[in-house]
Amino acid sequence: MAASASRLRVADINGVTKVEFVDRNILDEANIQQIGDEIGKFIDAQVRPKLLICFSNVDHLSSAALGTLITLRHKIDGKDGQLRLSDIKPQIYSVFVITKLTKLFQIHDTAADAMKSFA
Amino acid sequence: MCADTAPTDLPQRRLTLRDTREDVEGAFSEFFESLRDLGYEESNVFAIRLAVEEAVNNGFRHGNKNDSQKVVFLSWSATPTHVELEVEDQGEGFDPSAVPDPTAEENLEIPSGRGLMLMRAYMSDVRYVDPGNRVRMVFIKPPPE
Repeated sequence: MAASASRLRVADINGVTKVEFVDRNILDEANIQQIGDEIGKFIDAQVRPKLLICFSNVDHLSSAALGTLITLRHKIDGKDGQLRLSDIKPQIYSVFVITKLTKLFQIHDTAADAMKSFA
Repeated sequence: MCADTAPTDLPQRRLTLRDTREDVEGAFSEFFESLRDLGYEESNVFAIRLAVEEAVNNGFRHGNKNDSQKVVFLSWSATPTHVELEVEDQGEGFDPSAVPDPTAEENLEIPSGRGLMLMRAYMSDVRYVDPGNRVRMVFIKPPPE
């Protein structure tokens, strides 16, 4: 079976892996497994990963996406790495607030702000 | 545990969904477009979409246990101010009151278990029908601010 095209746009910026999503409904249940696997590979490839996930292109997400983010956070913590989220639209941010996942993730308004926060 | 409610008198659209991207996206596309045609704003559609997707995915994953031979039924009726929808799977049902609170400190880091909570947060009413393989949800459009 042919591999599905990547749904991520990835850049290395001063040692931080910045991930953005290609399309707006990317975080539905059908896509999230592949996305989680792709991002997981970037984490695996680094000794102490620094990962920024930018949500500027995200209009919708599922609880499965939240679960994947939690799993990625565990993976990064296991490697003494750092994870930041940024550019989350208000409607999506409200999902993080309602689920109290704002306690679990460092969320910044912009990617620029997030980049400054990495140690 | 589970409550039964009187069926709606509104005309209903009912779809049978296989666990395929084509069926699910086709159904959702029709449903959300019908809401936009009735004047629902994107913030309303966002809320309803989030809840119905959780319910349908729960139906496939937990109710039908990923059995590709089983389907999920999605039905809805809507006015410009009121949406009623129902999602039914072919599973044995469950007790929604037994689902742990995902916002409890001890559960925050568990990857799963947030779907039901999101349904309740975004819909005006969520009720499971015995034995728990059917959920009815209502969305009442908020008045303009």
